[in-house]
Amino acid sequence: MKHTIAVIVENKSGVLTRIAGLFSRRSFNIDSLSVGATDNPDYSRMTISVQGDRDVLEQVIKQLSKLINVIRVSELDPSESVERELALIKVSADKQTRSEIMQIVNIFRAKIIDVSHRSMIIEVTGDEEKIDAITGMLRQFGVKELVRTGKISMIRGARSIKA
Amino acid sequence: MSQGLADRGSKKEHNAGRETSKKMTGAQAVLESLKREGVDVVFGLPGGVLLPLYDAIYQSDIRHILVRHEQGAAHMADGYARATGKVGVCIATSGPGATNLVTGIANAYMDSVPMVAITGQVNTWLIGKDAFQEADITGITLPITKHNYLLRSAKEISQVFREAFYIARTGRPGPVLIDLPRDVTVDEVDFTWPEVNLPGYHPSIKAHEMQIKKAAKVLMQASRPVIYVGGGVRYAGAQKELFDLAAKINAPVTTTLMGVGCFPEDHPLSLGMLGMHGTRYANYAIQESDLILAVGARFDDRVTGKISSFAPHAKVVHIDVDPAEVGKNVRVDIPVVADAKNALAALAKEVGPKPRGEWNEKVAAWKKDHPLRYIPDMNVIKPQYVIEKLCEIAPDAIITTEVGQNQMWAAQFFVHKDPSKFISSGGLGTMGYGFPAAIGAKMGRPECEVIDVAGDGSFLMNSQELATAVVNDIPVKVAVLNNGCLGMVRQWQELFFEKRYSATILGRASPDFVKLAEAYGAVGLRATKPSEVEEVIRTALATDRPVVMDFIVSPAEKVSPMVPAGATLSEILELEWCDEAQACHLEKIYAEGRREVYGEEGY
Repeated sequence: MKHTIAVIVENKSGVLTRIAGLFSRRSFNIDSLSVGATDNPDYSRMTISVQGDRDVLEQVIKQLSKLINVIRVSELDPSESVERELALIKVSADKQTRSEIMQIVNIFRAKIIDVSHRSMIIEVTGDEEKIDAITGMLRQFGVKELVRTGKISMIRGARSIKA
Repeated sequence: MSQGLADRGSKKEHNAGRETSKKMTGAQAVLESLKREGVDVVFGLPGGVLLPLYDAIYQSDIRHILVRHEQGAAHMADGYARATGKVGVCIATSGPGATNLVTGIANAYMDSVPMVAITGQVNTWLIGKDAFQEADITGITLPITKHNYLLRSAKEISQVFREAFYIARTGRPGPVLIDLPRDVTVDEVDFTWPEVNLPGYHPSIKAHEMQIKKAAKVLMQASRPVIYVGGGVRYAGAQKELFDLAAKINAPVTTTLMGVGCFPEDHPLSLGMLGMHGTRYANYAIQESDLILAVGARFDDRVTGKISSFAPHAKVVHIDVDPAEVGKNVRVDIPVVADAKNALAALAKEVGPKPRGEWNEKVAAWKKDHPLRYIPDMNVIKPQYVIEKLCEIAPDAIITTEVGQNQMWAAQFFVHKDPSKFISSGGLGTMGYGFPAAIGAKMGRPECEVIDVAGDGSFLMNSQELATAVVNDIPVKVAVLNNGCLGMVRQWQELFFEKRYSATILGRASPDFVKLAEAYGAVGLRATKPSEVEEVIRTALATDRPVVMDFIVSPAEKVSPMVPAGATLSEILELEWCDEAQACHLEKIYAEGRREVYGEEGY
C-alpha cells in the first residue's frame, strides 16, 4: 500500500541525510520524496511517498518523529487531500509529428515550453496517474528525457499542517 | 540504583541560572559548559586538532582520564553513566580517534546509555577536502547516535553542549556526539548559557490516565500475569515502584539482561532472566501467561525466541518512554507511552491488592523443579562456581561483564538486587566492554568494589586499559574465566556444527594473564583448582590495586538452559553442561600449545 506523509523539518544542514538514512537503515521503501521551503524560513516541508502496510507506516511515522530536527509528521489521506507532481518531458518531434503531439498536450492541459527542429519539451502538472498517462501517450513519438519532481500534497479545506 | 536517571531535570530547572557573558576561547567555553553540566570526569585521548582543547583541560579542574585506546574511553564513559545515572563523557581526536569511538557509541545507543562523545575535527575550511586525519564522523555516527552536531562556530558551543546533555539524559537516554573543528576551539567567544530550544524534541514522561485505567483493569482480570522488565526501569529509577506494584498484586517478575537487578532476585516473585539463556521457569511462565505487562523492554529476539509463538495466550500491556518501541516487534493491546517510574506509580495506585493464587503456586513449583544448576567438580574449576563464590564474598560489588558465556554465567549465578550494579553490553554484545566499563564505574562510585567478569577472549580486546587503571590508581578487579576458547561460539559449534571448532580455540599458552597483569604493574593471581578460588578472590579484594584473577576453568562447560535460535521459549533445553570427551580433547590441544611456547614445565 502507498501512503503519503508530510514532514515538517528544521531547515538545517544534514536533515535530508538523517531522513534518507533512517529509511535505508530501517528498510522502509520511499517511492518519492520532495523538499522545499515553507512560509517560515526556519522550516522546510518534505512530502514522502512510502510503500508498506499499516504497521510499517506507523513505524515510519514514529521513527521520523524521534529525529530531533523533525518538528511534525502527518499522514495525508489521499481522498481528503490534493496531490500534484510536475514533469518535464522531452519528446522527439518533427514536421510530421509536431501537431499530433500538440493535440495530446492540449487534451492533458499541459504546456510546450521549448521547441526545436527535432524536439519539444512539455511541462505537465497533475497527479501521478495523469503524468503516467501523458507519458504513455507520448512514448510512441520517442521520449528522449523525463524528469519528475515527486509528489507534493496538501489537505483540502481549512485545516492545515503547520509547525 | 537510587540515582537512576533521577537527575533528569525538568526543562524549567535545566534553564535556570542565566547570567551575563564572559569572554573566552572556544576550548574554554567547552570546559565551562561541561562544568555547568556537572561533569567531574572525562575519558579521552588527545590528538593534533585537540591541542587547544587539551590545553584548556590542563588548566581545568575537571579530571581527565587518559586511556590507551579510544574505544576504552567510550566504554568507560558508558560504565560511568550506568553506575551513576549521570551522563558519561568521552573525548577523541579527529579521524582514527573518532572512528575508534564508534563501537562504544553504538554500544551505548543499543543499550540507551546517556553519553556525550566529543570528537576533534579538522579546521572548518578543510572539511570536505580529505585533510589529514579527517573523517566524516557525524555522517558515520548518524544511525548510532540519538543526535549529533557538527559545530561551525564558537558561538554555538554553549547552546549545543546544553542541548546535547539534555537530549542524552532525557526521554529514552542515548549517546550524542559533538564534532568540534579545531578553529572553533581557538576562536574567541562571549560565553552565555542559553536556554534549551528544541522545537522537535518532546520526551513523553507522564502516562495517559485512560491507558493506566485500562491497564489496571486487565491486570486485575488476569489470572496468570507476568511482569516483564527491561532497561527502561533502571534508567527511570523505578525499582521501588516496580516492587510495590508486583508485591501488591502478587505478579511474578522476569527481567531482560538489561533489566537484571531491577527486581531483587532472592524474592519469591522473582523469575530471574528470561529468553535464550533465561531460567526455565521464566520462559514457562511467559508462555502460559494470560497477561504480559512489559515495562521498558523491547521484545528483542534473544528474549522472545520465535516471535509468532511468543506468549500465545497473553494480552500485552506495554509501557515504554519511546513510542516507536510500542508495536515494533509484537502486537500490543494496551500501549502506555510514559516514563516507567511515573507509569508504574500510577498503575500501583489504580490496582487493588490481589492475594497469592493458583498461578503463584504453579510458578513456585516450576522454580522448585527447574532451578539454575551446574555439576560441581572437586578437581576442575567450574566457571559457575567462581561466580557463586564472587557473589558469596562480594554480594554488594558492581559486576561488569564481557560478552559471551562469562556474561550469561554472571547474569545467572550472581544474585542481583540493584540494576546499577550489573553492567553488561546487552544490545550490541560488545566483547571488550566489561573491563573499561569497570574502570568507568569505579571512577563514578569509588566506594564500591568493581569486578569485571571476563572471558579470556573478551578481556584481551581492551586489556591495554590495564595501563589506565594502574597509572590512575583505579583498583578494579578482573575475574578471567579462562577456558582457552571463544566459549559461546564453541558451544554453538559443539551443538549445531558437529564439534567442528572453526577459529574458536585460543589455547591457554598466550598470554599468561598473571604476567600480563604484572607487565602493566597490576597484580596477577591464578587459581587452577576449586580449592584455590576463594583465596584468590579474597586476596584480590584485599588488594588496593588493579588485580587480574586468572581462573583456569573447565574448557567444555556450556551455558544452560538454552532456547535454540528460532525455537519457541517453551522448547528450552537443559543442556548436558560438560561433555567430558570434549573437555579432554580441548585440554590436550591446550597442553600441546603450552609445551610449544614454554617447554615441558608450562607457565
